[in-house]
Amino acid sequence: MNDLMTFVLSPAFANAIIRMSTPLIFVSMAAVLGAKANILCIAYEGMMLFAALGGVIGSALSQNLLVGMLCGVLAGSLIAGLFAYFVLVLKTKDMLVGLALNTLGSGGTIFALYVMSGQKASSISLNSLQFPVIHIPFIEDIPVLGGIISGHNLLTYLAYLSVILVYLLLYKTPLGLRIRSVGESPDAAESVGTNVVKTRVIALMIGGVLASFGGMFMSMGYTPYFTRDMMNGRGYNAIAAQNLGAGHPILTLLCSILFGAADAFGIALQTSRLPPQLASMVPYITTLVGLIIIGQARRKQEKKRALALGARELAAEQESASQGVKG
Amino acid sequence: MGSTTQTAADVLSMQHITKIYGNGFMANKDICFSVRKGEIHGLVGENGAGKSTLMKVLFGQEVPEEGKIFINGEEVSISNPLVALDYGIGMVHQHFMLVPSLTVAENMVLGVEPRKGKMFFDYKKAARMTREVAEKYNLPINPDKRVMDLSVGYKQRVEILKILLRGAKILLLDEPTAVLTPQETAELFVQLKNLKKEGFTIVFISHKLNEIKEICDRITVLRDGQVVGSAEIGEVSEQDISRMMVGRDVLMDIEKGAPQPREGILSVRGLGFTNMYGKKALRDVSFDLRCGEIVGIAGVEGNGQSELASILTGLERPQEGRVLLNGRDASKMSIRKMREEQVSFISEDRMVYDLVRDATIGENLISDRYYKKEYRRGPLMDQKKMDREAEELIEGYLVACDGRDAYMRTLSGGNMQKVITARECSSHPRLLIASQPTRGIDVGATEFIRKRLVELRDQGAAILLFSADLAEIMQVSDRILVFHGGRIVAHIPRAEEVDENILGEYMLGLRTQSEEEIGGAVFENKN
Repeated sequence: MNDLMTFVLSPAFANAIIRMSTPLIFVSMAAVLGAKANILCIAYEGMMLFAALGGVIGSALSQNLLVGMLCGVLAGSLIAGLFAYFVLVLKTKDMLVGLALNTLGSGGTIFALYVMSGQKASSISLNSLQFPVIHIPFIEDIPVLGGIISGHNLLTYLAYLSVILVYLLLYKTPLGLRIRSVGESPDAAESVGTNVVKTRVIALMIGGVLASFGGMFMSMGYTPYFTRDMMNGRGYNAIAAQNLGAGHPILTLLCSILFGAADAFGIALQTSRLPPQLASMVPYITTLVGLIIIGQARRKQEKKRALALGARELAAEQESASQGVKG
Repeated sequence: MGSTTQTAADVLSMQHITKIYGNGFMANKDICFSVRKGEIHGLVGENGAGKSTLMKVLFGQEVPEEGKIFINGEEVSISNPLVALDYGIGMVHQHFMLVPSLTVAENMVLGVEPRKGKMFFDYKKAARMTREVAEKYNLPINPDKRVMDLSVGYKQRVEILKILLRGAKILLLDEPTAVLTPQETAELFVQLKNLKKEGFTIVFISHKLNEIKEICDRITVLRDGQVVGSAEIGEVSEQDISRMMVGRDVLMDIEKGAPQPREGILSVRGLGFTNMYGKKALRDVSFDLRCGEIVGIAGVEGNGQSELASILTGLERPQEGRVLLNGRDASKMSIRKMREEQVSFISEDRMVYDLVRDATIGENLISDRYYKKEYRRGPLMDQKKMDREAEELIEGYLVACDGRDAYMRTLSGGNMQKVITARECSSHPRLLIASQPTRGIDVGATEFIRKRLVELRDQGAAILLFSADLAEIMQVSDRILVFHGGRIVAHIPRAEEVDENILGEYMLGLRTQSEEEIGGAVFENKN
């Protein structure tokens, strides 16, 4: 137990949190875009799996990281595109399509893996590439901080960059304004000539690219190969983080880091005698507690707003009544 | 009556417009409608007369089966709202087309966002554009406020500014005062008159006579999808307009004896309610209802009747005051509990609250009673008994259909309403709350349903009748309560003696009874 405490307080643990939150950040940013456009997409798990294997196979065959990355992005976007086609064009049920695509992601990757390598468990036999680890000059020499911030995978830095990009996209560009308006009041957006379906497809496809990077981090960074069902519910956890962060990129980032910490804690627990299942429950319990808190806060806020509106009307009336007396 | 044909001064002219909806309903029949430049033109008619459909055709939201549209004498084809805006036509919808969490400026420029460089949205410029157009037309607004924090009046102002920013010259306002308080309405009228001075042309859709009289230069009246006539506002009185809107000849006679009121069943005391728009919809409403009488609730739509009906049927909770059913607090009862107290409901929105479109007629007929013991055989439902009962009701209420297994959605509006009436009247109610029981249905079904209401009364039930149809209120009710501004402004103890014009004056708020007279609606408990 003491060892565990020491580890949790060590820079290595902070380093692990940053590492473990990488896929969650990518995918939760995808979920933020989806939520802002009011699309209920749960197919991120499927996107991640496809991208993870696509990147491995692409890089193994071409022995070129860039080609591998493109293959991964294409494979993940394929799932996003299928989702868009079924849900936004054919108007089928979002939940069913999401479940079907996640199942396809699980079974489809195992099948493709078997075809490619003759194995069903992992892609160890394939000679796939990885994204490089970046050592930031000067910063890596700073004691403690250097060990935490420097020496991560390229994708980890990209994940944090993606938060800024998503924030800028949503709040500083016309496209972001449209994404937010089609999500909140599609009728209003439509009435001023915004193509609601097109805007949603765009939001979803950008999300597909982000989720693909989240998937590739798992098979081309965190581990050097693909294993079956390796996402372990991270696609769902990311949706939870987005929810807990109320759909705001920065809050969602913080929640992703929180869940990343829970992940890292679970791994640390494996060295102790406590069952690791306890730790893997932490993200979900955190979500439930967080949703309760947010729900309560929102209810209070709405009540306050209704009261304010009522009071305003009363004041206007009294004013006009007193004017009537004067007149 | 002026002509509806096209003249040179017409900035807008719609010729021979016919619109038939997918379900075969003809909403516009050969309508000719012309508006002169710089006038405020009232498009007047009852609910369902075809006003909104005609405006949707003009704004490119509906495609007419027949007809032509001319702008400044040139024939145009308006396929969607963007095209309409290009021709300078802007519409303020009854339900606001605004994104609540965005700021005023963001809503203003949505779809035509100013850019900084190629990539970024220029918010500062958007706010500046908003301020400029607001100042130009003297409609001040704070561009940085979120729309959800605005009052209804200001939201409407944003809608008007939004179409002005896009260069609209012809403004279509679809019942703009429906959600406004009297003060906001007065302010809106000042703004509209200013816009008229600036040279804008305004089409003002309404069914409120006093407002039409106050603001319009000319009117065109629609009834049942057709043009009844056009007129200069000075040439017609409110009574004339009302006659054109309703048509006189619809009064049907129903044989009806004197009421024999018995014990009280429903007591409403000091009811107050603020609706979701923050509008005070009900103020200190008190009245009693006794078994064996029909009380009609009259009023221009939007004066608190809907809210009262929602509270009495358990859809909303009262915020002030009490509703007592058989002496017990009804607001704490579940809807099933109320039904078990022998209360029946016919709600004003039958598609939402009264029936299941995708279930069969038989299933709809038993949907209020299927769970009861007498409809069960062991753990299962007694299908035979239910079928028998459904068939009896279909026969007894003259529902024209292919039998009890036909889907509800295959019925016409009148027959749907007969099914609802059959269910609600056959559960031996002691109290029936009926909202707009004959709205939008044919004359035959209307007469049938009204007769059933009187029959039910004669059997000793209490009936509270909400209706926008004044003739119905006068014909069916024994007593009448008139609502205006969320208050009871008149209690008429003997409905057969009231004069229609006086009733109209109460409804428009031109006349109010003394507190003592209104207090006559409350019978003090004598025991």
